Amino acid sequence: MDRTYLPVLLLLGFVALNAVAMVALSTMVLRRRPAPVKDQPYESGIPPLGDARERFSVKFYMVAMLFIIFDIETVFMIPWGVYFKQLSCTTGLVNGMCPAGMTSFFGLGEMLVFMVILLFGFVYVWKKGALQWD
Amino acid sequence: MNYDLSIPMQLSAALLPDLLLIGGAMVLMLVAAWRDESAEHQRAVGIGSILLAAGVLVMVLVQGARGATAGPGVIAVDSFRWASDAVFLIAGIIALALSIEYNSRERIDTAESHVLVLFAVAGMMLMVASRDLMVLFLGIELMSVAVYVLAGMNRRSGRSAESALKYFLLGAFSTGFLLYGIALVYGATGTTNLATIGERINTFNLQQTPMLLVGIALLLVGFAFKIAAAPFHMWAPDVYEGAPTPITGFMAAGVKAGAFAALLRVWLEAFPGVYSEWHKAVWWLAAITMIVGNLVALQQRNLKRMLAYSSIGHTGFILVALASGTSQAATAFVFYLLAYTLATMGAFAVMVSLGTSTSPRESIEDYHGLWQERPGMAVAMTVFMLALLGFPIFGGMGFFAKWYVLQAAMQAPAPQTRLAVILVITTAVSAGYYLSLVIAMFMKPRPAGAAPLPPSGAWSRAVIAVSVIIILVFGAWPDPVVNLVNKHSSLGTPAQTAMPRPAPETAALP
Repeated sequence: MDRTYLPVLLLLGFVALNAVAMVALSTMVLRRRPAPVKDQPYESGIPPLGDARERFSVKFYMVAMLFIIFDIETVFMIPWGVYFKQLSCTTGLVNGMCPAGMTSFFGLGEMLVFMVILLFGFVYVWKKGALQWD
Repeated sequence: MNYDLSIPMQLSAALLPDLLLIGGAMVLMLVAAWRDESAEHQRAVGIGSILLAAGVLVMVLVQGARGATAGPGVIAVDSFRWASDAVFLIAGIIALALSIEYNSRERIDTAESHVLVLFAVAGMMLMVASRDLMVLFLGIELMSVAVYVLAGMNRRSGRSAESALKYFLLGAFSTGFLLYGIALVYGATGTTNLATIGERINTFNLQQTPMLLVGIALLLVGFAFKIAAAPFHMWAPDVYEGAPTPITGFMAAGVKAGAFAALLRVWLEAFPGVYSEWHKAVWWLAAITMIVGNLVALQQRNLKRMLAYSSIGHTGFILVALASGTSQAATAFVFYLLAYTLATMGAFAVMVSLGTSTSPRESIEDYHGLWQERPGMAVAMTVFMLALLGFPIFGGMGFFAKWYVLQAAMQAPAPQTRLAVILVITTAVSAGYYLSLVIAMFMKPRPAGAAPLPPSGAWSRAVIAVSVIIILVFGAWPDPVVNLVNKHSSLGTPAQTAMPRPAPETAALP
């Protein structure tokens, strides 16, 4: 077994020890004097307004889900954009350029397929009325 | 013809049935959303889905008959794929036909439920086609996400929602295992391609590498969740009980079949070199699954739960074929799958046919004296139960299914004698619950205050009739199905796959 992971183990041990020591020290040193204000949950100095377990409208979740779906689209487009030159060339690049006559529509086509699939989802969502607030 | 998978157009051609199904399903999804929810629209989209699936089924059978092959790549083109595809599509078509009837009766007007079945089938087809762990994962997710939604399709039923949530949480959990397994296998071999993994294990002598073995173990756990093998079966009865009946049948037959097909491909293509390592794990999995599934099924009074445990028992039987580790297992598997799919879906079709929204006919007592009121239904249910039991002649394909599994287990270079003995004993045990339903139908009197049986719908009657005919015809004449699978299977040549590895060398690890 090589010792590459030894520093990680040391760090893990130190973190665990530190956590235990902090809790232990504070219980040993602390003098308990409870007061109503002290028992309140701390929220940036503002007094809490009510229970956190409130009911939200399902619309918020809907918007969040749709946002994630169409956000991921961009996540995939960035690496595609970076690599677009290589994807549109049937051979390797020469000095960062594609040799004449070697360009192809492969990269464009792949992204078009992806976009069309997403477009189907978008039309579906629209038609179902998920984009309307009321 | 031989597809060169490095050319995009030829790759698309090799994937044509899958692409067509996905493309058609996307269009149908928009059609489903174009009108407001209504019973007629639901039925129309359902019929459209059946037509699409039937078209793809014809295409798959034509491809299977042409015997195309493919060079190295991320997908496989062989008869194992086409034959499994055909079984998935048949399961999907049956589920769609039953869904049309069930949804009309339960007033579930969401036309999308049919399209989701198509997406799930497309996922299964992608799984069995995959020769790369990433494509495999894509297929599993496409199938699973569609089925999570399908389980909760009955929005008015709390049980359906519970079933969907349980299935989703446990399914997501098992996917985690699967992904971790894929990551470790990739870490040990440096590739996700199944054929290359198999080569590198032998070339670089990775048989004893802990990372690879842990990866294989995690993959096995992930698959065992999906196929509901004991001790990873806990979710199955609850989920099956709560889901809409046609979807339960689809999960018990199709989803299990898809995961099994992928399991077989991964194990026979990537890991034949580590046979002696995974054999022990699969052996115990098979033995425990057979015993637990069949013993617990004896105590069930709810028909859906009984069939759920029976499906767990069948998982164990198919695992016996896998434990033999030969390409013969693939043939036995496809035959078993077709017999099991038709019998299970047929039994669920009888439940759909006799149930009403107020009385779903889910307990065994509801079937007392069925013979006096509906002789045809009672006879059909008897055929399905005998097929699941593996009874000769009257059980049709069921008998040969078990026979081929036993043959694969006994003719392997390392015969699985003890597993075969457990298989035979647990089959005898399973007679206890399959035949008790038959006895209830034929020998018990109809209870005095029983609600009258509704008139059966045309869809479920058609499904039941076709299933009975196929089970009996191919039970008397099994050769066509066997030949379809055997013809061009590229799943490990017997000599290469079956050879148990020589005694493990004691060479020290680097």
